[in-house]
Order: sequence, then structure tokens, then C-alpha cells
Amino acid sequence: MAIGGTAAHQPIGGVERPAPIVEQIAAARARSRIRFRVVFALTWLVLVGGLALGIAATGRVDPEFLSVWAPYIVGGVAVTVGVSIASIIFAIVFATFGALGRLSTAAPIYAIATLYVSLVRGTPLIIQILFVYLALPQFGLSLPPIVCGIFALSFNYGAYMTEIFRAGIQAIPRGQIEAASALGMTQAMTMRRVVLPQAIRIVIPAIGNEFIAMIKDSALVSYVTIEEVFFRASTTGTRFFRSFETLLVAALIYWILTIMFSFVQERIETRLRRSDVRL
Amino acid sequence: MTAPTTSSSAVSTGRGSGAVTDDGRTVRDPYAAPGALTPAGAQPIVRLLGVEKYFGTNHVLRGCTLEVYPRETICLIGRSGSGKSTLLRCINFLEEPTVGSVEVDGFRLEADPLHGRDRRHREQIRQIRLRAQMVFQEFNLFPHMRVIDNLIAGPIRVKGVPRREAIATAERYLAKVGLMDKRDEYPSRLSGGQKQRVAIARALTMEPSVLLFDEPTSALDPTLVGEVLAVMEDLAHEGVTMIVVTHEMQFAREAADRVYFIEDGQFAEAGPPEQCIDNPNDPRTRRFLARFRDAQFRDVTEPA
Repeated sequence: MAIGGTAAHQPIGGVERPAPIVEQIAAARARSRIRFRVVFALTWLVLVGGLALGIAATGRVDPEFLSVWAPYIVGGVAVTVGVSIASIIFAIVFATFGALGRLSTAAPIYAIATLYVSLVRGTPLIIQILFVYLALPQFGLSLPPIVCGIFALSFNYGAYMTEIFRAGIQAIPRGQIEAASALGMTQAMTMRRVVLPQAIRIVIPAIGNEFIAMIKDSALVSYVTIEEVFFRASTTGTRFFRSFETLLVAALIYWILTIMFSFVQERIETRLRRSDVRL
Repeated sequence: MTAPTTSSSAVSTGRGSGAVTDDGRTVRDPYAAPGALTPAGAQPIVRLLGVEKYFGTNHVLRGCTLEVYPRETICLIGRSGSGKSTLLRCINFLEEPTVGSVEVDGFRLEADPLHGRDRRHREQIRQIRLRAQMVFQEFNLFPHMRVIDNLIAGPIRVKGVPRREAIATAERYLAKVGLMDKRDEYPSRLSGGQKQRVAIARALTMEPSVLLFDEPTSALDPTLVGEVLAVMEDLAHEGVTMIVVTHEMQFAREAADRVYFIEDGQFAEAGPPEQCIDNPNDPRTRRFLARFRDAQFRDVTEPA
């Protein structure tokens, strides 16, 4: 018992000694942490419960209708998540090239990258989506809706992420680039083997944020008739004049998805922090 | 050929005095003491001619001429801001010299600050760098690669050495710096001294003609300096050609064949350590070294 442990709480000579002050402080801290969490959870419970009761009290929620159509709306989750994952992957590609362009010393490349960021950030996403879907066919370029949606989303997010990636690349210490070029690596090789692998670790948390934002923005691709969550909710709601219920379901789905992916993101960040690879 | 700027005394190292050029002329070595390791007639492995460097309008290097012979260890000393690191970084073009030329192992490159971005010029710089590997003050290991991957990245990607062969070479040098047991660790798990030894092994794995050290122990905890200097002294005694920018006078005294004192972007004094460190002629060298003596001996000699 005594070996390897503190004997502070052991009664010596039958007399109970008070725990040392450091342990008292630690115990007090732990208590207040637990109290905080309990109060937090209770507050949420009350607020969310109250909200649910309020919604139920409107008398507008028809369980029978929902039991038929809620599964249909939930069926859009796979499409929403699928479109978002595909779009974030392509957005990473756009952002990588965008960031390299923004850091290029070649004037034309810098100009193209800057124009890309400026143009995309200066126009609404919905216009970009509809431009690809509705305007391009006038010039004979008709792409399948899913391609239009993913392209427009990733092109748009790529522009925003360009600046994130640029900052990530610039965060790599100069010494890393010097060491790589002192080994004789070319600029391209230095970028690919030394700078980008480190920059990607720096921007992973930011990519997580963008992905969570994208899940919600992906609702806009419903305008190109992709049957994701929002499309199903809005069409069903309009058809039966039951938008209150269907939009509630859709909102709930997005909220749960966001919470889930935030949790995944936190786990990834913790793993990165703990990993051996310190930057 | 090179016009010697200063020369203290003619050398005599057995077979003849000084180096003999292709056209038969005898040239005195500018700094007179290539050391016993340098056979007469040897071609210098590093040759700097009139290297100057401006940062903006700041004239940091004011014309440095230096020849380093195979198997020599050269120490560059001087106060901070004197230009010694800049000179070292000019050798492998981490800083592009403004004027002058650099030759490493027969590969010569003129300063070309106006066209430094040209593809051809960059390729020539790369050729110089393959021959002159650098060890940095801040180690600059790649944190996302294991130790062994840090070592083989250069040989595989740059020199095109087959992976198996690169690993064998890397392991040999890793053993030389005494860190075979850290082969698969990430740099973050190493102490400063271990990191610097890995950095030395990384430079050696490239099998360069000359090693450049840029204040290799300045970023280290005082207790870790010794292990790095020990590795460097071993290399010096094995005949690895090295140019070392350092504040470690004890190391310079024991390992250097020649010491150069740089003041205000120029060599103020050069010679074997017995002369340049222990018995300097130039008053500026004396003042600089006096501070080291003070720092080293104050505790013993001057009871408060």
C-alpha cells in the first residue's frame, strides 16, 4: 500500500491527519469541474426540453405524417455527407494550388490565384452553383447535377481555404526550407516533401471547421435537384403544406451532423497534439 | 591565380614550398599554414575569391578570399554581426554573394545577384550544395520524418541513391554519431545534442566534399555542448574537411588547422590556432579573445 503511493491519508498512530494542501486543492478543482458539467448538462436539458415541448404544444407536429416522411428526409443524409466529403477533398486540391499560386513569385501565376480568390469570395455561392448548372448549358456544357454541385461547392470553398493554406505554408519556419535546399532539393521538392506535409498538419483543424460549415452550405446544392436533406425536406413540405415539420426534421439532422463531426474533429486535434510529430 | 592579400611566412611542407599550378608556377598559400594534413601541391577543395555581400546597402562582407585544403578543419571566429555566418552561408549560396566566386571540389560558380533566379543558375547552386553540406545552429531536422527518413531524404530524392543503399549509408553515419538506437524516433523525442548529432549524420549521409557548421552548439544547453563537439572533433581527426563558425575557442584550439578571425566583414587575422588564438597580432583579435579569457577564468583568477 505504502509502496509507490502517498501515505498521506493513512492514519498514523490511529490519528486521522488532514490531506496535504496540494491534494485539497486538486480535490476542490475536481469538484468544481464536475459541478460545472452537471449544471451545463441540466441547463441544456431544460432549454432543449422546453423547446421540444413548445414545438409539440403548437399541435402542428403530426406523428403519423412524420413516421412516413421523416425517414425519406433522413435518407438524404448519405447524399449530404457524400457531397460534403467529395467537395472538401476537391476544395483541398483547389486550395493547395491556390495557396501555391498566392505564394508564387511568377507574376502571371500570382495574378491568376489572386483573381480566383477575389472573384469567388466576391460573389454569392448560390450564383456560382446556378451558373454552373443553368448558365453553362447555354454554351453547350451540360454537366450532371451532382458534378455541378460538387464542382461549385469545392471551387467556392477552395478559394476561402486558399488563404488558410497560405497561412499554413507561411507558418513553416524558414530553417526548414533552408535545410531542404541545403540538402540540394529543388524548390518543388522542398514544397512537396518538407513544407506541405508540415503545413497540412497545421491546417487540419481549420479544414475541420470548413467541413462543418460545408455540411450546412451543401443545402444550396438542392437548387440543382440533388436529393440531399434540404431538398427532400423542402419539396415534401411544399407538397403537403407541412413545411414546419419537414424543416424541423432537416434542421435537427444538420444540427446532429454538426455535433457529430465537431466531436470527430476534436478527437483528431487531440491525436495531432499528442503525436510524436511536433512542429 | 589568386593574389595573396597577406602572407606571414612561406610554408614548407616536405616536397616543396606552396602549391604548384598547372602551368608550373609556384604559388604561396595566402595564409601560410595549410597544416601537416595538407600535402604540398594539393588542390584546395573550397576556394572563395573576393566574396562580398550587401544586405540592402549594408556592406556585410568586404572581400573574403579563402582556400581550404582537403582534410583541413577551418574555424571562423569573430563577434556576432562580424559576417562569419554570412560568409559560411555564401559558400553554399544560402546567401547569394553580391560579388566574387565560390569553388567547391572543382565546381566553380560566380556570384550572379541579378540573374539569381535563372534555372541554370539554380541548378549550379544545387551542384555546389551537394558538395558542401551544412549543419545549422537550429538543427532544422524535419519534424514529420523519423530520424532515418531525415537522413535518407537527401540521398534518395536528390542524388537518386537506391533506398537500400541510402539506408545502409545512413545507418553507418548514425552509428558514427552514436545514435543508432534513435533510428526510428521522431526528432521531437530527442534532446538538443542528439538532434544536432542527427543533423551532422544527415549532412554526412550526403557524402559531401566539405561540411559547413554554422554555430552548431550555440542553440544548445551548456550540458549538451560536449557531446556535439566530441563528434566534431572525431570528424576533424578523421580528416573530414570542415569549415566551422564557432564561439568555442577550446574546440578551435584543439581541432582547427587554421583559424580565421573576421572583423567587419574581412579577415583580420588568420593562422594556426597557436598563433591566431593564443598569440594574435591584430589588436582587434586580442580584444575579442580577451573577453573569452575573462569569461573563462574570472571565477578562478579574480576572487570577488
